[in-house]
Amino acid sequence: MTEELNPDGAGDSVAVRHDLEHVPLVDPTQKGGLVGVLRRRYLLSLMVKRELRARYIGSKMGLAWSYINPFTRFLTFYFVFGIILGRGQIPHFAIHLFAGMVVVNLFTESFNSGTRSIMQNKSIVQKMPLPREIFPIASMLVSLYHTGPQLVILVGACLATGSFSPDPIGLLAALMAFTIVILLGTGMGLMFSAINVMYRDWTRVVQIFTNMLPFSVPMMYPFTLVHKRFDPFPVLEHFYLFNPITEAVLLMQRAFWITTVSPSDAADAETDFGFKPGLSVNFPSHLLERGVIFIGVAIVFLVFCQWVFTRLDDKVPDRLI
Amino acid sequence: MVTSIEVDHVSKQFHKHYQRTLKQTVVAKLNGRKTKDTFWALDDVTFNVEQGEAIGIMGLNGSGKSTLLKHIMGVMNPTSGQVRTRGRVSGLIATGAGFHPEMTGRENIYMNAAILGMTAAETDDKFPAMAEFADIGDFMDTPVGNYSSGMSARLGFSVAVHVDCDVFIADEVLAVGDQPFKRKCMKKMAEIRESGVTLFYVSHAAPSVRKMCDRVIVLEKGRVGFDGDVDEGITYLHYDDDDDGGDEAAVLGSEI
Repeated sequence: MTEELNPDGAGDSVAVRHDLEHVPLVDPTQKGGLVGVLRRRYLLSLMVKRELRARYIGSKMGLAWSYINPFTRFLTFYFVFGIILGRGQIPHFAIHLFAGMVVVNLFTESFNSGTRSIMQNKSIVQKMPLPREIFPIASMLVSLYHTGPQLVILVGACLATGSFSPDPIGLLAALMAFTIVILLGTGMGLMFSAINVMYRDWTRVVQIFTNMLPFSVPMMYPFTLVHKRFDPFPVLEHFYLFNPITEAVLLMQRAFWITTVSPSDAADAETDFGFKPGLSVNFPSHLLERGVIFIGVAIVFLVFCQWVFTRLDDKVPDRLI
Repeated sequence: MVTSIEVDHVSKQFHKHYQRTLKQTVVAKLNGRKTKDTFWALDDVTFNVEQGEAIGIMGLNGSGKSTLLKHIMGVMNPTSGQVRTRGRVSGLIATGAGFHPEMTGRENIYMNAAILGMTAAETDDKFPAMAEFADIGDFMDTPVGNYSSGMSARLGFSVAVHVDCDVFIADEVLAVGDQPFKRKCMKKMAEIRESGVTLFYVSHAAPSVRKMCDRVIVLEKGRVGFDGDVDEGITYLHYDDDDDGGDEAAVLGSEI
């Protein structure tokens, strides 16, 4: 069996084969952070595949579930918001809601699963020196993968309206929305995966936060209504718009919802919720410019999260029990 | 000869927390009880290892053997001092890391190998050898969750011993597995040693340490109590009267 160990130089010692004289003595705990994760892309891809496979393993429908779930959710929205409530108030409200839901889900999924990721993989963390950033990043990629089917359902619903006319600026807006959410979801997952090892209570805090988030962004209600309610206090509207996820949701609606509203849809709509046709009414001013700023902020935030992670990383193995 | 491992004045302090919730801590503080304490799991440990040496790490339970291994693996950072290693460190310390019970033996081998630092091509190359070593036949393509504990241990072992590493760490050796498999593992470890890999062998079994190692380090409450000749080290620990141990006694070496 020695030949299996020495595929090319049978008989040579390991020191000769690996030319160890020219391999430096290194600190074994140095794993290279986010760059180290990039160096271990193969392991990362296996971890993502394992998560995806494990989720539907043993079920007969397999990955089809990742289409069935968002599709039924969309039908529910259509029933509640399109038929039972405010029919006619806002045209294609189910799409208005679902477009936002896609990015909000992506964010909360990567945040929640990222926060739990190191604890969940503690048997690996305690035994092997890996760049530990790999766990929250794998969680984010798994969440991103599940966004695919939701996007398919969303585009399908847009096409089903018969009046979907996507424009390049809308596509750019969608791209910006995903950039913001991916950067922020990765950052939050990264930072809280380490914090969660130190203080387990944070799993609960993160849950509370991600439960509140869908209600704090304009997807179950239109932005025009926010504008109307905050009319006496314009400062509050500014604060409301400081939420980067709000920006991402609005960008998604710019891409997918407003582009399905045909002139005849707009004419049929009632104006109780402030809906009027036109971009300037349904969206805050400078939507795209704000998007660029938020991407910048999200990049800075990701760097900050990595810095926090590095500070806590050394203590992680000591605190995992 | 090149230095393989440098352990330089390494100390590791752990915290003992007696209370878990905020309320318990406050009550304990009010009653004047201690809420936390520290202890040194490793205390000024220094030694050097040349490439190709076979070191037996011995010591009673709680003497710091596993903590020392975690420092050499790079899993833990020392509180003070420094550890330096050369080349790829691997071994039986992470057998079965990342195993998912609902995935097949084959899928788990690829996962475990990637965690141990192998590439896809390397795993493809060595897969037949691993499968032969694990010797679990058709079960390779069924979920690991259905394996007996012996079978999943064999699977983990077969990946670990096929990593092309420069330092091989053997802890929790042969805790499960039948006699033929134990013999096979000891033989494989001897082969690994012969190929010039630095061997770190943690065991309570004096006979197998005598067989495998050419130097013994005895840890006592986190300090190096003895460092030198194998027989003297075993005498130092009063393990020499233990002659009925054999590989069976290695079962005792399974605490981590």
